[in-house]
Amino acid sequence: MKPLLSVNHVTVRFGGLTAIDDVSFEVKPGELLGLIGPNGAGKTTMMRAIVGVVRPSQGSVMLEDLALNSLSIDARIRAGLALSQQLVKPFREINVQDNVAFAAGSRKTRTPTAALCHVNRQAERAQAFEALGRVGIVGYAQQSPKTQPLGVLKRLEMARALALKPKLLLDEPLAGLNSKEASALAQTIADINRQGMTIILIEHNLSEIMRICQRLVVLDNGRKIAEGLPRDAMNDPGVRLAYLGGDADAAD
Amino acid sequence: MEYEISLVTAVGISVLFALSLNLITGFCGQISLGHAAFFGIGAYGSALLCKVGLPFLLSLPLAMLLAGGFGLVVGLASLRVRADFLAITTMGVGFLFVGVVRQQERLGGEMGISGIPDTGFSKLAFMLLTLGLCVVAALFSHYIRRSWMGQVFNAIAEDEDTTRVLGVDVPRFKLAAFAMGTALAGLAGALYANNLKFISPDSFGFVESMTVLSMVVIGGIGSVAGVTAAAIVLSLLPSLFTFVGEYKLLVYGGLLFLMMRFSPDGVTGALRRAMAHGRR
Repeated sequence: MKPLLSVNHVTVRFGGLTAIDDVSFEVKPGELLGLIGPNGAGKTTMMRAIVGVVRPSQGSVMLEDLALNSLSIDARIRAGLALSQQLVKPFREINVQDNVAFAAGSRKTRTPTAALCHVNRQAERAQAFEALGRVGIVGYAQQSPKTQPLGVLKRLEMARALALKPKLLLDEPLAGLNSKEASALAQTIADINRQGMTIILIEHNLSEIMRICQRLVVLDNGRKIAEGLPRDAMNDPGVRLAYLGGDADAAD
Repeated sequence: MEYEISLVTAVGISVLFALSLNLITGFCGQISLGHAAFFGIGAYGSALLCKVGLPFLLSLPLAMLLAGGFGLVVGLASLRVRADFLAITTMGVGFLFVGVVRQQERLGGEMGISGIPDTGFSKLAFMLLTLGLCVVAALFSHYIRRSWMGQVFNAIAEDEDTTRVLGVDVPRFKLAAFAMGTALAGLAGALYANNLKFISPDSFGFVESMTVLSMVVIGGIGSVAGVTAAAIVLSLLPSLFTFVGEYKLLVYGGLLFLMMRFSPDGVTGALRRAMAHGRR
């Protein structure tokens, strides 16, 4: 099957520091891929290189047949990527539903002229309602994001990403949640994937990743050290070394 | 009666000027400390065009185009800077405009341009035209606020990076705000020149940029009604109290400081809070 996203030999350098070193992997349509690694492995940098927040010094990122390298962040989003960030950033002056409706209206906000010519937002509010339902926070639709707990905000962030109707969702959702909340949100992510959404999940929480992801890519110190089925990847001596430190044999 | 008519006309021009900055600073959150430059470009553009024989009414859209064109260029240059740096960049543009005009004999130099031909409008008709344009500008501002463009502007003003991650071409929208706001400032400038029949570089300096920014901030950033009310009151103050005219920067600077300290969302915000408190 043709990959939806291919990351080819991507290297990201910040001055003298190589944050990502010659990493390649692919994401197939419909897949739920876990991008994991210990702290400082380069997961978030990898995600930022895909979205365009940082520019790789070498290598390329392709979405289907489209080369993303020269595109700005917003152009990549319009091409079919969506990002649900680790630090949630809702617009605080509008309610939860309008936050999602804003994303759902991306067709109307494509150019200033289109945005100026459109006033009605009923259709987008309906779509927002549906997206809030998919992530399980429809009851919060009319509330202000200012007063919501982190769990709700993480789901809001996800609903907003879904409302963009992306081809590929990059999700960094579980940090900061307690284990019960994280487990519930992981289940939601798995459900959304089952409905056909391709997702890259960037996570520290290994137990949830092992439970829901179909395949893992493991990074350490900016390099890819393993790729494959969750159990195989986690049994890889290099991965165990990276997570547990010290001698891989001693870890056995 | 003549005095009242010219006063109302001057107030109307201030309202138009304040609404123009409100599009950029109020709606889109882009601070400009050099907005008087675009007011000046419209004024000089229209004055020169009228002096070479162009009809006054035709000079209005041309002045808008000219100011909007310069606005686009400044906007393009400003895309790379944000917040404080944008404020300093636009302030530089304001000084640059006055500096250039002062040195150019063709633009009247220090002496400015006098003897701008008669518009063909009576004082009363000119006043009504100004007020009519104010109403149109206010309705247009109100429409923008309700449209998707208004939502995008709000989003950019609150969090530019998140807006971009939601697929919005932020630079294009900022440019649109700059182009519209500066074109409207150009229109206000053209009316100003043709109302007074005389312009000089002093009328478009830093003090005027600060005055118009005070109107937007004190009125309540983004609020069309608030900014209109503040523009009316603040432009009347110097005629009512002579000392305000003499200590303009001090008075407006003081008001700006008080607003920023006690009600950053302006009088509109203070009123809203007072009403909410009253209902409780």
